[in-house]
Amino acid sequence: MLPTVLSRRPLASEFDSVQKRDVDWADRRAFLKTAGVAGGLALLPMFALEAAPLRYTLKPIEIAPGAWMLLGVDEAITRENGGAIANITILDTREGAVVIDTGPSRRYGVQLAEVARELTGKPVVRAFVTHFHPDHVFGCQPFGARALAAPQGVIDGLNQSGDDFASAMYYLAGDWMRGTEVVLPGRVVEAGYEDIGERRLRTLVLGGHTDSDLAIFDERSGLLIAGDLAFLDRAPTTPHADLSVWQKSLKTLDEISFASLVPGHGPMEKAPRALRQTSDWLKLIEERIRGAFDRGLDMSEAMGEPLPSWTDKIALARYEFERSVMHLYPNLEANLWPRVDQAN
Amino acid sequence: MIGRSNLLTLATLVLGFFLSAAVVQAAEPVDPLNSPMWEEMRGQFFGLARYKFDSRVKVSVPSVVENQAQVPITVDARQLQDVRKIVVFADLNPVQHALTLTPHEAAPYVSFRLKVEQATPVRAAVLTGDGVWHVGGEFLEAAGGGCSSPAMARNKSDWSLTVGNTRGRAWRQPDGMSRVRMTIKHPMDTGLTRDNIPAFYIEQLRVRSTGGKVLATIEMREPVSEDPTLTMMVRMPLGEKLIGVDGRDIGGNLFSSKIDMTWRESSLNAPNRAE
Ligand SMILES: [Zn+2]
Repeated sequence: MLPTVLSRRPLASEFDSVQKRDVDWADRRAFLKTAGVAGGLALLPMFALEAAPLRYTLKPIEIAPGAWMLLGVDEAITRENGGAIANITILDTREGAVVIDTGPSRRYGVQLAEVARELTGKPVVRAFVTHFHPDHVFGCQPFGARALAAPQGVIDGLNQSGDDFASAMYYLAGDWMRGTEVVLPGRVVEAGYEDIGERRLRTLVLGGHTDSDLAIFDERSGLLIAGDLAFLDRAPTTPHADLSVWQKSLKTLDEISFASLVPGHGPMEKAPRALRQTSDWLKLIEERIRGAFDRGLDMSEAMGEPLPSWTDKIALARYEFERSVMHLYPNLEANLWPRVDQAN
Repeated sequence: MIGRSNLLTLATLVLGFFLSAAVVQAAEPVDPLNSPMWEEMRGQFFGLARYKFDSRVKVSVPSVVENQAQVPITVDARQLQDVRKIVVFADLNPVQHALTLTPHEAAPYVSFRLKVEQATPVRAAVLTGDGVWHVGGEFLEAAGGGCSSPAMARNKSDWSLTVGNTRGRAWRQPDGMSRVRMTIKHPMDTGLTRDNIPAFYIEQLRVRSTGGKVLATIEMREPVSEDPTLTMMVRMPLGEKLIGVDGRDIGGNLFSSKIDMTWRESSLNAPNRAE
């Protein structure tokens, strides 16, 4: 009965038809809205909508000399934002532009390449991928495998789950994903240093947010690009997290004397607040979820547990807490209760 | 318990009330979830019996689906008296019926995990002693969460080694009921997947007291998730300490567990509000 939509490997034709229907429906809704305002002239806007290609609004923010970021929105992935929720970093070097993470779709990657060229006057020579989550990796296509670099664990994860992520993203973001396919990075990043032009980049191969998470420290600018090991004022996500490994990685990053930190989601800051806040959040959810579990609450009940007032200022706090309950509960249930069957 | 003759009198009174109400208000109840499948669901689950949509039947679904194979569902009808049966179903699943709870000596409450094919109403129909079905439900949006996350590929090849393995715990609640949580290893195959694996699922669980009294019965169907994970509340006879659970799957395998009540007082309602 139930091969999940998310885990099914889609046939291209299957998706084409699904996507087309969805898009038609979305346009019709937009049409109805427009019709309410424009009355008899409504047909014209409808045609205009169907013809207009989707385009992301990318606004580079200069964060250091020759360094920019594209700030993701603090939202879940939707058909409105096209999945552009993660931060992307662009560095200028003598050899060419370097990007760190590539965004959620082919379309995004194409626009990212354009922006990088406008900013630096050079093509992208290297695109690093911090981890295998779809909001960070599906803009890879325009850069090609030879320019794409990631730790082996990220490549393995993408190889295993990339197609499933792609179908999940088509489902969530719709037409923004058109033409997007998984591209595996052709260069393996090891822990150490890599010189690109005048920049020496320290590569930290860590984990905890996922099995394999890359952070990059640019010695020249003092920028620490933390990927999703750090979130700021946006609740961390835990679908593939190992909380204790993640806490260790946060300690490792805290030992670096960086000038500013670019989190995977949320604004750049000169202070290490993102590291502290991410650590506090992980500690909080671990305690709350474990506490609910120990008191015998079911998942649905645990999702309603109170959160402290400091989380009021964190975007998507309740939403991510609910998700984390669903991520973390099954392991507790499978491991912490005693065996009670007679065969035991 | 109320005596049978009292119950009959009560039932007649209630019936009379509803019949007269029905004459005054002839219109059919309107499905608050506006499902195209409602009439079919109604026919399938309670035929021509009387029913009403009742907000006292609370169905909890998550606001986001992380794993379509494991969606947590809680049904709570504790605001209703004299509940005989709870049927849980999802209108837009290929098999709609998920689970039926008969709470002989149990609260009209159950939590479990459901497989869903797509966004769907999830409903509980609660039969009370007066013969009326009280229907509650929520619409489950099946879109997944951001930053990930398909069901991880599962290796099912070794299920035969662990099938029937059960883990669980019980808590004594302040209201005197015993809360039981348990998870049973079982593939719960639907027989409807493309890989032609035949249907294979646990069809019945019976919760007993030490003395053999049946406290609750649960019938399960294909949409209950792999490794069924359940929460119930039963009324243990005084002085008894072991809750027995007997299960049977459609392959004829029998499972049996005993959950010890003694080892911890519940702190379910303990204050935990220090922010
Ligand atoms: Zn991530």
